Amino acid sequence: MNKDDVPQDDSSLAKKNVHELCYAVDEHGRYTAVPSRGWEAKTLALNESLKLIDERVAATKQAVAAGELSPIAYYMEIHRMDVPLLASYAGIHRWFVKRHFRPKRFAKLKDKTLQKYADVFGITVAQLKSPID
Amino acid sequence: MDIAFEHRQSAHCENGVISNLLNHQGVSLSEPMVFGIGSGLFFVYLPFLKVNFAPGFSYRPMPGNIFRKLARRLGIKVKHQRFSSPGKAQAALDEKLAQGIPVGLQVGVYHLTYFPDEYRFHFNAHNLVVYGKDATGYLISDPVMDYTTRLTEPELERVRFAKGALPPKGHLYYLERLPDRLDLAQAIRKGIRQTCNDMLAPVPILGVRAMRWVARKIRKWPQTIGVKKTNHYLGQLVRMQEEIGTGGGGFRFIYAAFLQEASALLNNDALARRSEEMTAIGDAWRDFALDISRIYKNRKSGSDVYEKLSDQLLALADREERFFKALKKDI
Repeated sequence: MNKDDVPQDDSSLAKKNVHELCYAVDEHGRYTAVPSRGWEAKTLALNESLKLIDERVAATKQAVAAGELSPIAYYMEIHRMDVPLLASYAGIHRWFVKRHFRPKRFAKLKDKTLQKYADVFGITVAQLKSPID
Repeated sequence: MDIAFEHRQSAHCENGVISNLLNHQGVSLSEPMVFGIGSGLFFVYLPFLKVNFAPGFSYRPMPGNIFRKLARRLGIKVKHQRFSSPGKAQAALDEKLAQGIPVGLQVGVYHLTYFPDEYRFHFNAHNLVVYGKDATGYLISDPVMDYTTRLTEPELERVRFAKGALPPKGHLYYLERLPDRLDLAQAIRKGIRQTCNDMLAPVPILGVRAMRWVARKIRKWPQTIGVKKTNHYLGQLVRMQEEIGTGGGGFRFIYAAFLQEASALLNNDALARRSEEMTAIGDAWRDFALDISRIYKNRKSGSDVYEKLSDQLLALADREERFFKALKKDI
């Protein structure tokens, strides 16, 4: 890659005023590090992945509204977690985490257990129990 | 406490932390040098490990490997510590800072407040340097950032005790002892030799053989798992290849920069020519990523797209096989 060919397409990096370093050769054939603002090809791949997450979140949100899943499932998805990861953050075995996805089980949970989940998601127990907006 | 620490941005966090910590001790070693001596170039395909709902592809070895190999090859003594209790982890960090020693940390990315949201995934093998502490929190030199940043005590605790795959468990490290004389030439030769062996390894999940395996899979995926999943898998491949940290082309350009530097240090002209070849290979990897991204842009489907991508990857594998066989003879 030549120094002048380092792509400078605006990406989400620009929002935080961050660049990433690319290595490229200058006109004398010497390697230098060149800051880049992003590359469209990468942004497309990243957006594809983010779209997938959005789809999962939307599907889970619907399931929660329909009374098929508890809000824990929704908050897990927006934090880009899966069950084993949530289990290790909450300190609750994944079998139980999966059970707590059932709205009936969720309604019976003690505040102490709810607090563990709320801490992981950075919200209060009241927020966890209230309907999702 | 504020240690006079020079923050220099790098492409990859692990190389950057090592390079910056060494620089602090008066040893000037560039990022490509660190990467090359630590045998950073790699390709691995882990079909059974699911990362972000896709199989694991990686263009680099396991986190920590580059540092370990570099330290061994140069005779640098590094002290590593892990903790079970956050309190003890913080006390150990504060103690080192009080002694004026900058400390490297392994952290999780998800809770790093200064990262753009789009890049916050549950990935636990990021590295940064803490070089001071004041009333508001810790002074952070994160090598992939343009500038230095800050994290409060609870924020730092959160990222040091992130959960999931490869949990950091408060992992901290610092340079304990440097050798009187660095034998760079020997270390470079060892580093290159190992990279050649890794890339030509006679196992299906490593090096050029892994590339061929993935290439064959690309041909089959549209039929076996459907177009949507195939596109997602390919997207993951692009991200591992080009996302923050690789310096472009799945680390190939950093490696070419290393070969160029090594050629001057060892007075070996053959390495300079290899550097040019590696640059051309890196360009071919960029083309591969660009062609994958066209799938999303044009919504082009049809199996011939995947056939072409597969052929492209097979051609890359052949090229790299020839390259590393030749490089092995040059060293």
